[in-house]
Amino acid sequence: MSEVRKISAPLNDGDIESLKAGDEVYISGVIYTGRDAAHKRLIQLLEKGEKLPFDIKGQMIYYVGPCPEKPGQIIGSAGPTTSGRMDAYTPRLLELGLKGMIGKGLRDNNVKKAMINHKAVYFGAIGGAAALIAASIKSQEIIAFEDLGTEAIRRLEVEDFPVVVVIDSEGNDLYEKGIMEFSQE
Amino acid sequence: MRSIHVNQIIEVVSKLCVDANYFLNQDIRIKLEEACKKEKSPLGKEVLNKLLVNADIAAEKEMAICQDTGMAVFFIELGQDVHLEGGSLNEAINEGVRRGYDKGFLRKSVVEDPIFRKNTNDNTPAIIHYDIVEGDRLKIDFAPKGFGSENMSALKMLKPSDGIEGIKGFIIDTVRKAGANPCPPIVVGVGIGGTMEKAAIMAKKALLRPLGIHNTIKYVEELEKEMLLMINKIGIGPAGFGGSSTALGINIETYPTHIAGMPVAININCHATRHASFEL
Repeated sequence: MSEVRKISAPLNDGDIESLKAGDEVYISGVIYTGRDAAHKRLIQLLEKGEKLPFDIKGQMIYYVGPCPEKPGQIIGSAGPTTSGRMDAYTPRLLELGLKGMIGKGLRDNNVKKAMINHKAVYFGAIGGAAALIAASIKSQEIIAFEDLGTEAIRRLEVEDFPVVVVIDSEGNDLYEKGIMEFSQE
Repeated sequence: MRSIHVNQIIEVVSKLCVDANYFLNQDIRIKLEEACKKEKSPLGKEVLNKLLVNADIAAEKEMAICQDTGMAVFFIELGQDVHLEGGSLNEAINEGVRRGYDKGFLRKSVVEDPIFRKNTNDNTPAIIHYDIVEGDRLKIDFAPKGFGSENMSALKMLKPSDGIEGIKGFIIDTVRKAGANPCPPIVVGVGIGGTMEKAAIMAKKALLRPLGIHNTIKYVEELEKEMLLMINKIGIGPAGFGGSSTALGINIETYPTHIAGMPVAININCHATRHASFEL
């Protein structure tokens, strides 16, 4: 097994180009959360010609709706949600310079095409490993749509957040590769 | 007639909500450990290891195994000789959910309308299935259902002529389409027969049966074993990263059906397949 590579967020162009589907990666730095309801609102703002609540250029979005934190906890359990539900909104955000996404599950062809065009990376976090992932989150701050509760947009500082590159900036897809390699049908 | 006060039910439900979300069941842990030993992909093995570590962290820190603490699904067996005092059973169950999800710091994932989607902020209403049975006991099974896996479920009204091969094909297709979405290695619940809604409820209830215990009908037991082997040949693997552990188990239930039909429902569940139960 290859060494786990450490990268920082926001991603730099060199990392984006060199990350390949199947690479294990630890991410440290700043990422933003956003899932269904927040994505819908972001796109509505854009349609009205308004500014987004944060500058998305170069940034990374983690598809997550965490559990509430207990007293003394930074964040509650915080594993990835299914990314495919964001597919309808994602190409628009990639156009605006979104460079990384963390989630779980399949993406559609429009997202893949937009990722290749705009050079972005899709990382898979382990679905269900929510308590383990929470341990790599060092701070959280709600920066927009507080009324959405768990679906509000949060700014997270993370340290050695464990992910695997699922779709790289050339469109290679680990989900397809993995099935081809391990199918016994 | 035996009396049970609804306050007892509220308390039990509240505890079940917390316990099911914090503590991985032993049957699931055993299957995850077995899968970890057998997994052919090194990356898949590592994913399975992390899932076991995750369960340890959740239990030790008393926090949710998964942030999607689900819609609260209940199967209630109410003895016909039980008299409930102090209020409504429905309301008692919902109050238990409210309290459990609040005090357990569990996520509230329910919206009050499928179109307008405003969060109810207390994870109610619960989904409650009732069975009236003989006796004077009240059995409560709780199975929180996350929607990463729920969304990958499927129901089809097969024709009798499709036969058992048609059922096998439908199961494999459904698992293949689900891919990485439902957090594999998955658990598959299948309901065959009855009517449309009966098949769906059987598929959900099948997920309550501990893994490793097979259906008592011989051909169904064989079907469960065969389908598990077939699913694990697809190659989806842990987290969908490729590998030989795509499912931990498959439980199938059957019921008499109409001369013209063969409903089949498939309810996909994640690797945590949370459930907890209590008898009053």
